[in-house]
Amino acid sequence: MKKILMAAAAAVFAVSGAAGAETTVKLAFIDALSGPFALTGERGLQNFTFAADYFVNNQGGIDVGGENVKFEILSYDGAEGFPSPKKSVLQAEKALRDGATFILQGNSSGVAAAMTDFVGKNNRRNADNPIVFLNYSAVVPALTNELCNFWHFRFDAHADIKMEALTDVIAANENVNSVYLIGQDYSFGQAVAAGAERMLAAKRPDIEIVGNELHPIGQVQDFTPYARNVKASGADALITGNWGGDMVGLGKAILEADLGIPVYTYYAAADGITGLFGEAGNGVISLVSEGWGANPTEEFQAYHTAFKAQYPDSDINAPRIINAMGMLAQAMQAAGSTDPKSVAYALENMEYDSMLGTKVFMRAEDHQAFQNVYINTHTNEGLPTNSAGAALDYDKSGYGLLATSTVEMASMGIETTCEMKRP
Amino acid sequence: MDWGFITVTLLDGVARGLYFFLVSAGLTLIFSMMGVLNFAHASFFMLGGYFAYIIAQEWGLSFWVALPVVPLVIGAIGMVVERFGLRQVHKFGHVAELIFTFGLAFLVQEFVKLVFGNDTKPYAVPELLKGPLFTIGDQTFGSFRAFMIVVSISIFIGLYLLLTRTRVGMIIQAALTHPNTVSNLGHNVPLIFMAVFGVGTALAALAGVIALPTDALQPGAAARLGPIIFVIIVVGGLGSLSGALFASLIIGVLTTMFDASQLSVISIMEAVANLLGIEWSLLERPTYELRRLMVGDLIMMSTKQVGALFPYLLMVLILIFRPQGLLGKRES
Repeated sequence: MKKILMAAAAAVFAVSGAAGAETTVKLAFIDALSGPFALTGERGLQNFTFAADYFVNNQGGIDVGGENVKFEILSYDGAEGFPSPKKSVLQAEKALRDGATFILQGNSSGVAAAMTDFVGKNNRRNADNPIVFLNYSAVVPALTNELCNFWHFRFDAHADIKMEALTDVIAANENVNSVYLIGQDYSFGQAVAAGAERMLAAKRPDIEIVGNELHPIGQVQDFTPYARNVKASGADALITGNWGGDMVGLGKAILEADLGIPVYTYYAAADGITGLFGEAGNGVISLVSEGWGANPTEEFQAYHTAFKAQYPDSDINAPRIINAMGMLAQAMQAAGSTDPKSVAYALENMEYDSMLGTKVFMRAEDHQAFQNVYINTHTNEGLPTNSAGAALDYDKSGYGLLATSTVEMASMGIETTCEMKRP
Repeated sequence: MDWGFITVTLLDGVARGLYFFLVSAGLTLIFSMMGVLNFAHASFFMLGGYFAYIIAQEWGLSFWVALPVVPLVIGAIGMVVERFGLRQVHKFGHVAELIFTFGLAFLVQEFVKLVFGNDTKPYAVPELLKGPLFTIGDQTFGSFRAFMIVVSISIFIGLYLLLTRTRVGMIIQAALTHPNTVSNLGHNVPLIFMAVFGVGTALAALAGVIALPTDALQPGAAARLGPIIFVIIVVGGLGSLSGALFASLIIGVLTTMFDASQLSVISIMEAVANLLGIEWSLLERPTYELRRLMVGDLIMMSTKQVGALFPYLLMVLILIFRPQGLLGKRES
């Protein structure tokens, strides 16, 4: 009898012991969930939720130093009409109070700059209760250069890395003798314009920049005058970093004006944009980004199929989110802890085998991720398929991005001015 | 800049101004008649675009079905809103009405998000009107924009004739200034109000049908247009249809011109330096270096930044120097 009781007690302890070692890590997603850029934020949230389930929750959690860890994504609206640095930081403070230990943010480099500043200051003041900022989209180079911060990690290739890839392609195209630049008037748009100007001058000094315009973000009603200027300038190519509604508007005007020149973009896909361009954009729109490449891995094909089953109206519009979640889970396991500081150290110099068919290297010097970058064309032909045999298109349009050239581990050795201070 | 460029840009501006007019015409009539600043007006514009997209593209009927049907449907919705919403709130005074329309604008926006989602819908120009109507130099002018101009001008002429040449129009004009007298004469003023509200919203919807294929059809469309049409009715003169047309054209053409202009502080500095034959090393620097200078924002400032401010600046000036508006008759 005594033995049985003891066994029962042991069993109870074992069970409660296991339950006690269950930890939920809270990740705070802060991006525009209202206003003209809401869709980009909404889709980002879906992609993070799905990736967190895929890598962690659907596995029944991951084993971190003997504890069973699950991820929970909390979402916060960082927009006041437009993505707002002030409101996003307020939301980050709220997220801290809600117990979040990681921040996921990406849309608008202006917001990201405020966020990295907030995170740095908070972690100095509350050294016992730090928070890590996983930046999945904000690509102004400054964030891993002069504004760099130990607590900030960037999973996307930054604007200069992408521009290196883009200008290589443009420089190799002998038909291009003049280029027109259009961008949104804030840190990111300025960085794209500066990168293009600097790199083209170095790679093809004969290429003339015939237009270099920045417009107020989210406020242009009709881009027709811009398209007319491009046409009047006789430019052989257009480069734009526009995203969200500004890319939609610009794209419409460009295609209506029938410029007949290649348009090199950062973000002219998904979220309604691909569907909108349809046949008119075929062979005209190029896009530089990370992605799944022309021959996606079987794991990604299955991932895509499962994603589409859960979100039939959505798309994997930012594949780097997969890496961000995968690397976070792996870093926790490597650190054997969910403590933000230990995880941050584990992320440094991590080499991650991504299902996107690339290695991702998180450089310790500046916390910039390096990975394969592709130049893609907007087309409806030759798109790879997922494991259900459906084309990897966007907006259910039959059109999507086909990788036409690959830059392996793009700009791996690119210089940084970051002087990282480690806690 | 050549003449072809200037001509098509002017026409772009006229097309833009005329669709501003379609939206502001209803707003100015409603305001002057009922004293209600209808914050939800631009929402009807946006709904017009969505309904037309659904009819023309989701249901596969044509744009030409949507063109007459959508304004009728939304006009009817407008009348229902007036009859069962505004009129009930009216007895609590103007503030209540204002808040009602303010709430309605949010309601429509959230409704649109809920039903249609946050993404930009691929609302396209109808097949028949695709492509350019004519080409000047290397600039083309699209058939659809010409169509926008024709429709808007027809509506203006029709409205003008209705208001000045018909019995109904005379009653409306009388009700604008002397609602009580008109009521005492035995006319059904609430019915007139309802009809005017219906026509106003129908016009906004029509503008949505014909303007949104060239813009972006998304839940932010109303919020983006809203402030501009308020500026227009203030500048034009509250209650003045011709004033609204005049102000719409001024704002449409000038903002388009500002968008198209390449003029900036730095370009003026260059022109001056060339004129005086000065070699100025500053001007030889690449644009990105100039932008980084302490005075970078100032010297890179262009008409594109000023263009966005222009309508509001105009409104402030009008309010100071001619508070009744360009063609407005009464001081209020």
